Amino acid sequence: MKLDVDALHLTLPGGHRALAGVSLAVARGERVAVIGPSGAGKTSLLRVLGLALRPTAGALAMADVDPWVLPARALQQLRGRIGLIHQAPPLPPRQRLVTAVLAGRLGAFGLWRGLASLAYPADIAGARAALARLDLAERLFDRCDRLSGGQLQRVGVARVLYQRPDLILADEPVSALDPQLADQTVGELQREAQARSVTLVASLHAVDLALKWFPRIVGLRDGAVVFDCPPVRVSDAMLHELYATESQTLPVQGSAPLARPAPLSRTARRGAQPLCR
Amino acid sequence: MPVGAAAAPRDPALPARVALTVVALLLLWPALELTEFDPRKLFAPDSLRTMGRFLGTFFPLALEADFLGLVLRSALETLALATAGMALAVALAVPLSLAVSDSLSISRLGPSRGARLRRALRLPLRLLLVVMRSIPEIVWALLFVRAVGLGPAAGILAIAINYAGMLGKVYFEIYEAGDTRPARAVLEAGGGRLHAFAYGILPVSLPELVSYTVYRWECAIRASVVMGFVGAGGLGQQMELSMRMLAGGEVATMLIAFFALVMLADGISALLRKVLT
Amino acid sequence: MTAGAFVWRPWAVLGAFVLAAGASFAFLGVDFGTLFGRDSLRQMAEFARGFVPPDTSPEFLRRTLVGAAETLAISAVGTLLAALGGALLALPASGRWGRWLRPPARLALNVLRSIPELVWAVFMVLAAGLGPFAGCLALAVHTAGVLGRLFAETLENAPPEPARALRDAGSGATLAFLYGTLPVVLPQFTSYALYRWEYNIRMAAVLGFVGAGGLGQMLYVSLSVFKTHEAATLLLAMIAMVSLVDLLSAWLRRFLGRSGA
Repeated sequence: MKLDVDALHLTLPGGHRALAGVSLAVARGERVAVIGPSGAGKTSLLRVLGLALRPTAGALAMADVDPWVLPARALQQLRGRIGLIHQAPPLPPRQRLVTAVLAGRLGAFGLWRGLASLAYPADIAGARAALARLDLAERLFDRCDRLSGGQLQRVGVARVLYQRPDLILADEPVSALDPQLADQTVGELQREAQARSVTLVASLHAVDLALKWFPRIVGLRDGAVVFDCPPVRVSDAMLHELYATESQTLPVQGSAPLARPAPLSRTARRGAQPLCR
Repeated sequence: MPVGAAAAPRDPALPARVALTVVALLLLWPALELTEFDPRKLFAPDSLRTMGRFLGTFFPLALEADFLGLVLRSALETLALATAGMALAVALAVPLSLAVSDSLSISRLGPSRGARLRRALRLPLRLLLVVMRSIPEIVWALLFVRAVGLGPAAGILAIAINYAGMLGKVYFEIYEAGDTRPARAVLEAGGGRLHAFAYGILPVSLPELVSYTVYRWECAIRASVVMGFVGAGGLGQQMELSMRMLAGGEVATMLIAFFALVMLADGISALLRKVLT
Repeated sequence: MTAGAFVWRPWAVLGAFVLAAGASFAFLGVDFGTLFGRDSLRQMAEFARGFVPPDTSPEFLRRTLVGAAETLAISAVGTLLAALGGALLALPASGRWGRWLRPPARLALNVLRSIPELVWAVFMVLAAGLGPFAGCLALAVHTAGVLGRLFAETLENAPPEPARALRDAGSGATLAFLYGTLPVVLPQFTSYALYRWEYNIRMAAVLGFVGAGGLGQMLYVSLSVFKTHEAATLLLAMIAMVSLVDLLSAWLRRFLGRSGA
């Protein structure tokens, strides 16, 4: 799904300016990582893109359509094509994993199949396959409150995978996972996006994960885009400037130095522009 | 796709759910039979006619001067009935609660005359309290109406007995929960049980005792209206008469009087309890 | 409050209470002299003696058992209907169907629960005729008001995120509620309903006094014709039933607490 964002502003009820003029164009099937310090507006951006929040000003177009002028039914259908992975998955504690995952496609099920699925799960095989991709297949019939925080986060990812949306928005989807699992999970999201040619926008706290997996990095700070480059053009200096208010060290998972798919070219080192596009 | 994927597993919760549903239906069927459940009865011609006549007369409210006077007198009667009944209940509950109280047990301090007798009495007295409060006050009301005739006397006695049972138990619990050392000190110094009560327990527990009694008084007012329906006087008895005569307007006025009475009692009770804390 | 300091407030309230009590007795003009006079006491003793021994003839015991079953059924069906009705009313009362429906829904719930069960029972006897169905309806209507208010509070305190996330993924409102909110509130709903059922069994027993079936109606009839032996049996049956239910519900609550959905 194509995304076009133009001068997006979002002011939260308390008066805090979460987004201050964000402009972005994402082509269909592109994979973008959004990085930045806490409070930069990553979550707000994803929630606006996920149609969970209305922007205070600015234009948003999804597949060349303004979602907020759509009639209710069309908006609901559009929502079904967008999958939002929450940082803290909102799962009812006593619900079983199979039901939680199947809930991802309630829009497609319709009322009667959705009701029937409460009595007996409608697609156990499908739910299991989604969970298997995240190594949770054997917990299929366990209750959510029997799982750890990291496992629950993976269930949230599984739900969106089961949903098969045209746009995957992931809000810090691996924050509670250990480095190896985090790497695997981000890899799984990548595979999904590539296999079905769907757009993936993920906000990540660990910069090394972003640089490793994504061909496009957007740096966000104080609600505005600071840079928008492929990883090779993202220098350490740019990163340090992005995270200036935080500690001297950059937020990374592993202990290895930041790896980029290709070394910085000489032109990039000599006077590289902060904003690449 | 994992190699050799097994067929989708069946939901392990299914057998239990089916069993539960079957049991529920097996219990529901005779229950419906026993209750003579038949919504069609609501639409039987004479029921509809009766209801129609009754509801039709609801508006306008009966507001003639002498009827309002009757309503006021009945409401006052209910108020008086509840208060008098509570007074008797307290008068009964205090000695009963003392008798079953352990903290005033002189025999605990050492052998004494009549200790065995008192200990032996404690259990049957406790049982008596249980019986007094287990039989609903309206059953007591019916019994007393048969024993002493229609009118508020039956209501007063019903409240007295039933609430003495409740108050007795709660008073006893309040004594035990408070600091029992002052009472023991008096007993050890050679004072009688009544002294121990007056100087040891009462100062500590009095606010809570009175607070609970006021709360119960509020309940007694509501109960008194309900008891009137079996002939124990007050607003309830008048309401029952008006309902039998299908005089909707009168019933409506009395319902409003009832709500006003309950709100008044609620207000007085809240005020008194605030004064006490 | 230091020990020994004189607290005047409770004594003041107590004093006011004593005054009010005195005024009440005066107002009612109850003649305690005749009430507790010799003749009256002897009459009451005669009446009380009539209760012993309770009627244990097999025929009457069978009828008592049926009456107890009827009372139990009245309370069960009534509470079940009330839970369904209360849940339905709780949706608008918690504001889930819009701001404008909230006040009328809350008003409806308040009216339902403010009118005592017995008054509803008289009403239902007029509407549906004598018998247990009237009792069932009366309990259903009153308890729907009670449970509806409790359910609405629970709904208002339930986290909105699960259902919200489902709607953002394209689900309709009803399914989002059933998958996202209901699993969270259902244990609390069930707990309230069971707790109320215990109380309703006591209520169902006495609603019969106005003709709504069960042990209450039998007791009323027996007392009306002064068959005090029968009345004694019925009273014992009532107490036994209530005690049994208390035990059963404690066990049930422990059992349900362990299982999940």
